[in-house]
Amino acid sequence: MTALLNIKALNAFYGQVQALHGLEFSLNEGSVTTLLGANGAGKTTTLRAICNMVRSTGAIEFDGASLSNRSTENIVRLGIAHVPQGRGTFTTMTVEENLQLGAITRSKDGVASDIERMYAHFPVLKQRHTQQAGTLSGGEQQMLAVARALMLRPRLMLLDEPSFGLAPLIVRDLFKILGKINREDKVTILVVEQNAQLALEIADQAYVIETGRIVMSGKANEIADNEDVRRSYLGY
Amino acid sequence: MELLTNQILAGIATGAIYACMALAVVMIYQAIDHLNFAQGEMAMFSTFMSWQLMQWGVPYWGAFLLTLALSFAGGIVIERLLFKPLAKAPILTNVAGFIALFAIINSCAGLIWDFTIKQYPTPFGSAPFLGSQLISTHQAGMIGVTVLLLIALYVFFRYTRIGLAMRAAASVPESARLVGINTSWMIALGWGMAAAIGSIAGMLIAPVVFLEPNMMGGVLIYGFAAAVLGGLTSPFGAVVGGFLVGIFENLAGTYIPGVGNELKLPIALALIITVLVVKPAGLFGRPIVKRV
Repeated sequence: MTALLNIKALNAFYGQVQALHGLEFSLNEGSVTTLLGANGAGKTTTLRAICNMVRSTGAIEFDGASLSNRSTENIVRLGIAHVPQGRGTFTTMTVEENLQLGAITRSKDGVASDIERMYAHFPVLKQRHTQQAGTLSGGEQQMLAVARALMLRPRLMLLDEPSFGLAPLIVRDLFKILGKINREDKVTILVVEQNAQLALEIADQAYVIETGRIVMSGKANEIADNEDVRRSYLGY
Repeated sequence: MELLTNQILAGIATGAIYACMALAVVMIYQAIDHLNFAQGEMAMFSTFMSWQLMQWGVPYWGAFLLTLALSFAGGIVIERLLFKPLAKAPILTNVAGFIALFAIINSCAGLIWDFTIKQYPTPFGSAPFLGSQLISTHQAGMIGVTVLLLIALYVFFRYTRIGLAMRAAASVPESARLVGINTSWMIALGWGMAAAIGSIAGMLIAPVVFLEPNMMGGVLIYGFAAAVLGGLTSPFGAVVGGFLVGIFENLAGTYIPGVGNELKLPIALALIITVLVVKPAGLFGRPIVKRV
């Protein structure tokens, strides 16, 4: 298997504060990878560094091309969709406009049929398609954010705590759909989660990150069986 | 009764101009969160350019369209050269930038075209409109052009992809970047459009207030009043505010004893202060909540 995303010696900074210390990992094409860690470990920062939304040094390669010195919007245009923490909904616009925005860098062909496909994945969005996105519930907004990201027809999707603030049943649905998207559309997924149990269920590969360093890596099922991980992140 | 109708119609005509200026101010405010104090001067300079073109023999509508294009380009250049570098600067630095721009444009216009008052032509004529004494053809033209402009803008922002991208960039810049929108150019585009809209206001009002470097001072204050009244976050509100301020200005000047022409401007300022005290978000704006 070839690596779609390759990260080497990644350091990231907020002002004078260094948040990531020499992170190294890679994502195989077509895989689901999860990045686990406690609050403040640097999970979100890692995703933001990939999209050049935070100052960083080191090498990030996507499909052989370096992402350093590219603007966020240019990185997105390569086919990297980022579902940010807090969902980043365009609250004053309608659900359908949010979906159209996801495809704004593509040509108009196929946008309408992709929107229908998203409505098939997330029927609730179809019911609400003319509604202002800000009036949606948290779970619905999270689905909208995932759908908006998929409208890019991405090769890589970055998800920042998709389960945050959602009811357990909704989280389960969402992860089921993510797994389906990965299998059917061949989208490589990197998901950052505090809900380690669910993330490990759908992931092939897992990395554990602590204070900006990767402290453990391996196949998701092996990580799930690891004593330390179970005690620290799974709680049993 | 006829006086009242007359004053209301005349108010709608000047209100159309205020609506344009308010819309230009709101467009830039939405993009960069600052009030463009130089919006009026930019419009004045555009109007002078159109006058110059006509002096060189270009027919009115040709000069009108050329000026639109030149103003659009000028707005983009101003953003790229002056305000893009100031994007992360504190508010006061930006305010200083706007005041500098105001002074520079005003002086340049005076230097190039001097400060004497010039006649400016109207393509509509100034005969009574449709034989009625209530409103002149030029006033009707002001309303007509503004309405066309508003429809065009509505269609642009509602139904085109670039309009959608501009709205997205103004409402949630970070998310806009994450769907691949170049937000920096969207801001520049907003400046270009604001400059072009302002130029329309300038060219329409010039036959009324005459052409000179300080012609837009009062108009811009009314434009600000309109934008504040309608809500700085709402383009629709800015337009409604423009028409309301125009009507209010005329009625106050006619019916409130002692106001007359001299006190009309303080009334606009009083309106700004009243709205800011009573309903800071304006009629149609949304209150801005910041996390601290």
